[in-house]
Amino acid sequence: MFVKSLRNIIRGVVPMVLLLWTTVADADWALNLTEGVTPISHEVYDLHMIVLWIVTIIGILVFGVMAWSVFHHRKSKGAVPAQFHHSTLAEITWTIIPILILVIIAVPATKTLIRMEETGDAEMTLKVTGYQWKWKYDYMDEDLSFFSTLAKASNEARQRNSGIDPASVENYLLEVDKPIVLPTNTKIRILTTANDVIHAWWVPALGWKRDAVPGFINDNWAYIEEPGTYRGQCAELCGKDHGYMPIVLEAVSPEEYRTWIADTKQAQIDALANSDREWAQDELMTHGEEIYGANCAACHMADGKGTGPFPPLDGSALVQGPAAKHIKMVLDGKNLMPAFAGQLSNADIAAAITYERNSWSNATGDVVQPADVKAAR
Amino acid sequence: MGYAAVHDDDHHDHKPTGIGRWLFSTNHKDIGTMYLIFALIMFFIGGAMAMVIRAELFQPGLQFVDPGFFNQMTTVHALIMIFGALMPAGVGLANWMIPMMIGAPDMALPRLNNMSFWILPFAFILLLSTLFMEGGAPAGGWTMYPPLTLQLGDAFPFLIFTIHLLGISSILGAINIIATIFNMRAPGMTFMRLPLFVWTWIITAFLLIAAMPVFAGAVTMMLTDKFFATSFFSAAGGGDPVLFQHLFWFFGHPEVYILILPAFGIVSQILPTFARKPLFGYASMVYATAAIAFLSFFVWAHHMFTVGMPLAGELYFMYATMAIAVPTGVKIFNWIATLWKGSMTFETPMLFALAFIVLFTIGGFTGLMMGITPVDFQYHDTYFIVAHFHYVLVPGAIFGVMAGIYFWLPKWTGHMYNETLGKWHFWLSAISVNVLFFPQHFLGLAGMPRRIPDYSVQFADWNMVSSLGGFVFGLSQLLLVVVVIQCVRGGQKATDQVWEGAHGLEWTLPSPPPFHSFTTPPQVTEATAHS
Repeated sequence: MFVKSLRNIIRGVVPMVLLLWTTVADADWALNLTEGVTPISHEVYDLHMIVLWIVTIIGILVFGVMAWSVFHHRKSKGAVPAQFHHSTLAEITWTIIPILILVIIAVPATKTLIRMEETGDAEMTLKVTGYQWKWKYDYMDEDLSFFSTLAKASNEARQRNSGIDPASVENYLLEVDKPIVLPTNTKIRILTTANDVIHAWWVPALGWKRDAVPGFINDNWAYIEEPGTYRGQCAELCGKDHGYMPIVLEAVSPEEYRTWIADTKQAQIDALANSDREWAQDELMTHGEEIYGANCAACHMADGKGTGPFPPLDGSALVQGPAAKHIKMVLDGKNLMPAFAGQLSNADIAAAITYERNSWSNATGDVVQPADVKAAR
Repeated sequence: MGYAAVHDDDHHDHKPTGIGRWLFSTNHKDIGTMYLIFALIMFFIGGAMAMVIRAELFQPGLQFVDPGFFNQMTTVHALIMIFGALMPAGVGLANWMIPMMIGAPDMALPRLNNMSFWILPFAFILLLSTLFMEGGAPAGGWTMYPPLTLQLGDAFPFLIFTIHLLGISSILGAINIIATIFNMRAPGMTFMRLPLFVWTWIITAFLLIAAMPVFAGAVTMMLTDKFFATSFFSAAGGGDPVLFQHLFWFFGHPEVYILILPAFGIVSQILPTFARKPLFGYASMVYATAAIAFLSFFVWAHHMFTVGMPLAGELYFMYATMAIAVPTGVKIFNWIATLWKGSMTFETPMLFALAFIVLFTIGGFTGLMMGITPVDFQYHDTYFIVAHFHYVLVPGAIFGVMAGIYFWLPKWTGHMYNETLGKWHFWLSAISVNVLFFPQHFLGLAGMPRRIPDYSVQFADWNMVSSLGGFVFGLSQLLLVVVVIQCVRGGQKATDQVWEGAHGLEWTLPSPPPFHSFTTPPQVTEATAHS
């Protein structure tokens, strides 16, 4: 009777324990590392599991001995204390055995690490630059580059007491306006650097992260085996919006990648050509509100009132004064404010400035055109 | 013999009175008490910041604080817990116990001892005042990497100044400890008869002297980068932000051993007492501790595996880091061998010490996992790291300190503490600390970075569990305050020996010991030395 129930318990417990150590399909309550979609991510996952099993078994053994001792060698059970207090044999044994276990772990770890650092013979290069607080991507072989920022829906919901339930936002905090697209089955060299402070670029599905250090370039590679959408986050504290600069990577077949490259470059050319025209005020205001929200509100706040070291724009002398000075400030930056000349197009800057000059209590009535910004560069 | 000498002192046992007794104290017992009270206050201040953090992380979305303030909380929480709570608590215990354990009348440099303490309240008022400054408190993490830390507002020079003050306090304290132990041991108290707590403090003191100046140097270089146009950490000027990380962690890794070694020593005193059996492998324990300390200087870059080091560096630091597991394991096995075939009772100090062994070891296991460089590329800067270091620091170092407090409170005060309350404090803490930190392993593996005030919805469940554990853990610590205050004010009279299995010079003194003890050094034999 006892043996039967014991067998049933084990039949239930063993799968449960095994389940704990496998990747859980439901993302909530997730317990384990992802296996990822690259050969490296799989090796890393396997290494992780090997070491996890080793430490678990050692733990069960060691804590088991300890628990047994705590239960049996107690005064209340009448135990009489022994007086032995050394054993050279024991010391040697429990020094040598751990050394052997460590060597066993070190061998596959060394192989994987060497393979991870073999960045040569890549078929294409993506340069990733960390900014406060967004990523810039340069497709080095394609002369294509763009910024990738937290998606608008997430950005609105994440404001303090926004009243928007994060669960209602799809991929809350893990969605961007412009994802990167990369080809599968291609060795991709990924360079990481930064523009201001140290960031780190991390897509768990690729199996690694690397710091993005200003003034230095780090060298990495990935070979994505499965198409899909992979999400990651900045992984080095980089200021107040460190938690709000995610990464979205869409892996597609090489053919789809080529199409995407061509389409995106064309769209950029079109947008640029289209944007240097004359804009109507309401167009500038609408577009300006978007640009402001994505690039300026982080520091100057959605209500233009600023916070801490970031000055208010609402009622600001600079914003209400001559447009030329206002344009120069946005183009060149100052102290913690980046130089947006390198980040935004003429149309984007013109729109944001027009929006600032005519929002909140500012009513300059001014309209700044892309041509004005272009002239000021 | 010790008692006779003490009896003589009773009619000289006058203490100074009034506020002067504390401000101008040169007495190791009073200074030890001040360090401990200071540490307890800072523990609650740092703990309050942790409650702010866990409250914000209770649910996805931002409810209570802005992201900038959240970063101030994580930064100052760590600075306070490490430099304001744990280190002063360790020094407080050292001050109280080391002279009594070696048969010395006081520390070698009593006035220096006083200054080492009084620097601390001043330094922390300085640090906490930055919360009210333009730009707020430091918010670049306790690791204060440039260039981010150079973006701080007015708080920046205050941060650097605080660090300098803390470093001076620690270095002077360390010098005092070494001078005391090397020069003032009673006749017959040879090095290999010293209690383990004294040994771990000798080694900790050497670590402090070697490591703190490097930290001082690194933050000074950051100060000159900001104000005096140097470019140590700026690539534009020919420098390298990563240089700071090397310097910081060259200090930072020995620092974590500075945090844990005193707790190792405390556990090595407690287990033999409550198992009624000598410490197993005394010599091994001394050598293993020394080995850990020595190795700790050669592993620093495992805190920065993702920084972009050459492969050779990554491999070397992986092997060196794994190597530290060996002497650490030796210590754990020796502790368990101390228990084996003992005759154990489970008063509160023993409960904390036993929990320490299990829970610190869990932290040690995750530490080994993180030492494997290619896998650390997934763990680094995630909640897996946060879980690791909280396991070794909270149910590790802090439980060790708490074990020491319960162990020695009767000696200090002359009263037994309330054992029932002590056990309640233990069980509530031990259970809630696991609810708080174990799920953080899962969060890190699942992909949650650290130092973020808000997170993607899939991380919500474990975050809520962790926060609940945090609230219970935080509240439970109030029990410690109750226990301590009650015990100071009264309770069942404690004997000299206090605990049936206690051995060592400190247990030959009355409880409480006279203001000046061992004014005549005792003669120590093998039999009367350590446990």
